[in-house]
Amino acid sequence: MAKKQTSDDTSQINTMNSIPKTYKNYINGEFPRTESGRYYSVEALDGKHIANIGLSTRKDVRNAVQAARKAQASWANKTAYNRGQIIYRIAEILSGRREQFTNEMVLLGYSKEAAELEINACNELIVYFAGWTDKIGQVFGSVNPVASDHFNFSRQESVGVVGIISPETPSLLGMLGLLLPNMVAGNSQVIIASKQFPLPSCTFAEVLATSDVPAGIVNIITGLKSELIPPISKHMDVDVLVGDCSLDIELRVMCELESASNMKKVYFWESFNSLEELNSSPNETISTCLHSLKDPYHILHVQEVKTTWHPISE
Amino acid sequence: MIDRIPIDAVGIQERVARVCTRSIKKESKLQALDLALRMMDLTTLEGSDSEGKVRQLCNKALHPYTELPNIPSVAAVCVYPNRVALAKSILNNSSISIASVATAFPSGMSSLIIKLDDVKFAVSEGADEIDMVISRGAFLSGEYAKVYDEIAQIKEVCGTAHLKVILETGELGSLENVRMASDLAMKAGADFIKTSTGKISPAATMPVVLVMLQAIRDFHETTGRKIGMKPAGGIRSSKQAIQYLVMVKETLGNDWLDPSLFRFGASSLANDVLMQWIKEKTGRYQSLNYFSND
Repeated sequence: MAKKQTSDDTSQINTMNSIPKTYKNYINGEFPRTESGRYYSVEALDGKHIANIGLSTRKDVRNAVQAARKAQASWANKTAYNRGQIIYRIAEILSGRREQFTNEMVLLGYSKEAAELEINACNELIVYFAGWTDKIGQVFGSVNPVASDHFNFSRQESVGVVGIISPETPSLLGMLGLLLPNMVAGNSQVIIASKQFPLPSCTFAEVLATSDVPAGIVNIITGLKSELIPPISKHMDVDVLVGDCSLDIELRVMCELESASNMKKVYFWESFNSLEELNSSPNETISTCLHSLKDPYHILHVQEVKTTWHPISE
Repeated sequence: MIDRIPIDAVGIQERVARVCTRSIKKESKLQALDLALRMMDLTTLEGSDSEGKVRQLCNKALHPYTELPNIPSVAAVCVYPNRVALAKSILNNSSISIASVATAFPSGMSSLIIKLDDVKFAVSEGADEIDMVISRGAFLSGEYAKVYDEIAQIKEVCGTAHLKVILETGELGSLENVRMASDLAMKAGADFIKTSTGKISPAATMPVVLVMLQAIRDFHETTGRKIGMKPAGGIRSSKQAIQYLVMVKETLGNDWLDPSLFRFGASSLANDVLMQWIKEKTGRYQSLNYFSND
């Protein structure tokens, strides 16, 4: 009798082997479900259902912006060295989840080679930007010659809350390419994840949650760009919008027009690479993409310059 | 003199939870926000209050948001007695009342003579409303008659000024005490009963306010007199304010949905109400960057 029970238990354990996961938003260091209660289905190449992903609404955007605003000042006020350490730590945690990322990307249509190359590139990019936190001021700050008795100097400061519209692909590298310069700059962000390939973004949220990044600095919400871009581009408490030119032209125009309300900075980068490009020549595509992302000027774009006139006397 | 009425704390909690589920959206939300703004006692009660700060507060009371001239002004500003004259000089030609805390605010730890003088001074400077504190020490040691007499004497020197009695519910310990202090204050002549000074945590909470509202309802049923209610401290968001309004309507009825019988004592609430108001009108979530601090 006792033996039979054991074998029953084992079979039960086996059927429970893979529990489909419900992916959620990442707001203020927590994983709330979308307020809407709506979901869309993400399917593998073979049509198999992989996961339900939340269709977030303006209220999720509102909550995320609120969290980002609250967290921003303390992030910007950390020492540059400390911010570098925290960003570096993301790469450490990300490496531990290599396999999960690769599997998820392959499920969604990546070739294994492209997925692995992309994750390598992500790690390299994180370490690259982690190094910039305490150098950006030295390289780009300046002492300016002026024709009066003033010590005149300029330094970079954070702008505030940033709305990041992730490119569809490369799903992780593209998002990090837009995110990391902002983290270095001292901004806090609300990321609208890729609609077609949301899993790497959602898993990246889990990386953040277990790293040292303070709650609220990076918030990730999933859903339709056509539903999430209007509220974020109209939001008066968002200071910068970044995305890339693969975004639908009407939505890009909306970003530009609505941003006039509070003078948001709007940056649309050249289009990132498509999945076809990534899969057909992964080596060349990823290395070109990485090369263009490793650029400190991306940090300058999302900072503001403060110039101080300090009186001096003989 | 005052009966001790038992309070069902669990029942109160459940009632409050029920009130908080009401969905107030769109047009009704706009009306509620409009009402909340008209019911506001814009308050600054800091030791650091300078002339400039009070001047700024008065201007905010007159023109909550200059880009929207149609937005209603608040009910009153609430300041310390030595800032009443300044507030009066700015708000003289407006409908905004001047409320002043008095009676050795916030502790109330002084002699009756000094408390009375404090009130007389505020009234002579031009205060329309006096927010007094009760002697919690005396109340908690059972000297109810002393507390009653103090309120009655202060009411006398108030003259035409309205008297709001602050119970400081955060120091009273139990809902029974809150109910008892409410009954006592109303019998002694209070025009309003008010939860807190804002200096003690917890300040206004919904269960406490519900108990006070029920006391007002019972007092009205027995005497026919309508006493006002003012929750103060801790109400920072429009959502909270609307929940309070729902509770007032469902406990006391429409008569109390008026600035003459209900007030919010708050400072940061005003900006949130304005932000929500503009959000409802424009569909844009607002930023605190564009609203003045005071």
